[in-house]
Amino acid sequence: MIPRRTPLALFLRNPTGVAGLSILLLVIAGALLAPVLFPDDPLDMVTRPFVWPLQDAAYPLGSDSLGRDVLAGIVHGARVSVLIGFASTVVGVVIGTLVGATAGYFGGRTDDALVRLMEVFQTFPPFLLIIVLVSITEPSVATITLSIGIVSWPTIGRLVRAEFRSLRERDFVLAARGLGYSAARIVFLEILPNATAPIVVTTSVTVATAILNESALSFLGLGDPNLVSWGSMIGAGRDQLRTAWYLAALPGAALVLSVLSLNLVGDGLNDALNPRARGR
Amino acid sequence: MPLLSVEALETRYGALLAVDGVSLRIDAGETLALVGESGCGKSTLGKTILRLVPHSGGTVRFDGVDITRLRGRALKPFRRRMQMVFQDPSASLNPRQTVGTLLSAPLRVHGVRGRTERRRQVVAIADRVGLPVDGLARYTHEFSGGQKQRIGIARALILKPELVVCDEPVSALDVSIQAQILNLLVDLKSDYNLSYLFVSHDLGVVKYIAERIAVMYLGRIVENAPHRSLWSRPLHPYTQGLIRAVPGQGTPGRPNRVAPIAGDMPNPFNPPIGCRFHPRCALAADICRTSDPPLRAVLPGHDVACHFASA
Amino acid sequence: MMPQPLLDVRDLFISFGDTAAVRGLDFTIRRGETLALVGESGCGKSATALSLLRLLPPAGRVVRGSILFEDRDILRLREKEMRRLRGGAISMVFQEPMTSLNSVLTIGPQITEAIRSHDRISARVARARAIELLDLVRIPEAHRRIDEYPHSLSGGMRQRVMIAMAVACRPRLLIADEPTTALDVTIQAQVLELLDHLRRDLSMGLLLITHDLGLVSDWADRVVVMYGGRKCEEAPVETLFRSPLHPYTRGLMACSPKLASDLFFRNGRLPEVSGSVASAADVAGCPFAPRCASALDSCRNVRPDAKPAGHRDHLLACPVHAPAEHALAFG
Repeated sequence: MIPRRTPLALFLRNPTGVAGLSILLLVIAGALLAPVLFPDDPLDMVTRPFVWPLQDAAYPLGSDSLGRDVLAGIVHGARVSVLIGFASTVVGVVIGTLVGATAGYFGGRTDDALVRLMEVFQTFPPFLLIIVLVSITEPSVATITLSIGIVSWPTIGRLVRAEFRSLRERDFVLAARGLGYSAARIVFLEILPNATAPIVVTTSVTVATAILNESALSFLGLGDPNLVSWGSMIGAGRDQLRTAWYLAALPGAALVLSVLSLNLVGDGLNDALNPRARGR
Repeated sequence: MPLLSVEALETRYGALLAVDGVSLRIDAGETLALVGESGCGKSTLGKTILRLVPHSGGTVRFDGVDITRLRGRALKPFRRRMQMVFQDPSASLNPRQTVGTLLSAPLRVHGVRGRTERRRQVVAIADRVGLPVDGLARYTHEFSGGQKQRIGIARALILKPELVVCDEPVSALDVSIQAQILNLLVDLKSDYNLSYLFVSHDLGVVKYIAERIAVMYLGRIVENAPHRSLWSRPLHPYTQGLIRAVPGQGTPGRPNRVAPIAGDMPNPFNPPIGCRFHPRCALAADICRTSDPPLRAVLPGHDVACHFASA
Repeated sequence: MMPQPLLDVRDLFISFGDTAAVRGLDFTIRRGETLALVGESGCGKSATALSLLRLLPPAGRVVRGSILFEDRDILRLREKEMRRLRGGAISMVFQEPMTSLNSVLTIGPQITEAIRSHDRISARVARARAIELLDLVRIPEAHRRIDEYPHSLSGGMRQRVMIAMAVACRPRLLIADEPTTALDVTIQAQVLELLDHLRRDLSMGLLLITHDLGLVSDWADRVVVMYGGRKCEEAPVETLFRSPLHPYTRGLMACSPKLASDLFFRNGRLPEVSGSVASAADVAGCPFAPRCASALDSCRNVRPDAKPAGHRDHLLACPVHAPAEHALAFG
């Protein structure tokens, strides 16, 4: 008898997945520990401007055009990215799952209507829609989170709908209907637990996309003005690319690493949750 | 009054009439077998009777009540009185649930309050079908095929139904396990006073377990007879051919090697005109090509749909 | 003098990772005979079939043994020679005609490809041969059907096409792995009749792998019964059905309800074989011992070999049920 290999065990055996997870955990740790490591506001001017990295032990990554600590900015920026990245994904996944499950399970006119709804949202260029939504309201963490979430749900919705459409024909769902289970019970307790794999995998990509969207927003100066984020740092360092390129490069590198780590985790999850990868 | 009475039932899948005007009845405590080959509609008929698949015509009466008119809440109390055992136990059990959850959920849905009481009933049925006590905490994929089917049977019986539709319940199991499950089904029938609609393509199994047999071909019933009558005097040419086609009926040294029915199953989207079996029937005559024979009683209790069947 | 067997399998051991699927199997097939390999899931019959053409999946390995086809050991051939053999001298028909055929190609190219990979002939000649083959397997209107896609054919027809591809190059050995399990019973009879007819016409050896004892009694000349990767019993078909000796063989025969019997649920229970196949996994001795009513302590520790029992051609791997005069031979 070949013993069943749990998805967790499979994931941990995948070197790229584990590497991605390690970097991600580092980013999250930074985000969580930011107020402890750097208790002062990263927007405070603390030293002279344009200190290069590795010049001053107190400011290992140097300072920007206004003398603000770059390292503090990056660590606090991680906080913003992680918060908005994950929170907006939760919004997107919740909406997407509800809509997709309803459309996929009930079919018929309900499905037609909801598919039209998903299409409407998907015809807008996502980033433009985010800008529009944020501009209508005051840019703040809450509004940015909601806007990004609203733009990301259709992708999850389509995925969940496809899963539900195929699972609803299975015998165990038929059995549940035969037992008189309500539609809600069947959707949430019978089908949904079997549909989680693709949702989990897409979640990591959705977080990465959200982080990039947030960075793009703050790069353009449309983000929350009271916060330092990697996007805003890159935006501020834009004019000094020739002289103090580290001001854009360092937060840029943080961004790349975070997105890369999420992609690696996503790949690792895909391999671990994909039934073909598991021994029969 | 029969427990189940089906009249002129029709099930349509788009352009395909999978069940085309079927009438039958099952009395309380009786096992009616539904026999036929792939595409004859027997599985669809079982699911339509249980209202798992929408019907497009005819009625189904359970205990005198026309359940084809009921939906949702009104149908729920009938659901607990008629259940199904599915063919593939791997597909019919939720892979993400433990056996205990799987078995107690129906009780919860149908108003059995109190965890202890539910647990008591779950343990009782699990024990009755031969599942090990520690099995309740395990996931369904950890069990063998035969054990999974026992779980499926336990689930079908936990609400104490009166009618159980068994849809090819042993076809997916190894031969040496089939006998265990068949014996279990027979025991449970007398213990719980059940009636079975036993859908199967395996005539040997059907001969053992069914008091009455209905033979289906292309969505219709072509013969319906009690056990003794069907096996001693099958009257429809298709039934006769089906019986002769079962391998292993010769004696060692004188094997049975004749293929009794020529040709293939016709396209169900386009069934033959007149008698549906006529293109493959050795007795086919002009009347068979033009006129569709009705199902009528040729012997007491023995119905046949053939122009040439006689007592 | 005994003609040399077409296929001679000796002491075959096949493993999948850590699990042994076949543990020391011997059998032979003579030219023109039908040998049935009977057993349930997990007995190793499919692994055996695949190993004959070296088609085991990556996880499977032949650990030990030899497979002699016309005196050449298949396990020692180079891959290039193996490819010539597959579809040529040795051919195989699988269980699922729906997935064995390429659904985006019409029937014609699939058959001609099989022909032309072994014979250098032109496309036109190959197509003519393909039509002949479709006639041979009794597909009506072959010249029209050859241009149809697999999905417009019934299951029985698709299986006939598979058989046509398999016999295209006149193999000397045809392996049929559960060829009719997915087909209706009225079609089963037609397909088996066809296989038998082709066997006689082309003087092939036919290895029929099945779990259905009824098919075996109708179509096989000799039978090998397998359980837990080992051979329990081997005999000519008449002998096996007249006097089965191994407890597993007898259990298998007794527990499937037969049309010929009068057993009805009201007047008797079906004889059962208790337990399940999984119990054979790590047994040191006889794999059937955990389920066997006559098992002795020695059965669990000593692996029985198949020895002659009564008849010279009747082999039995069970010291407990060996006929009296040969019990001493087991010691």
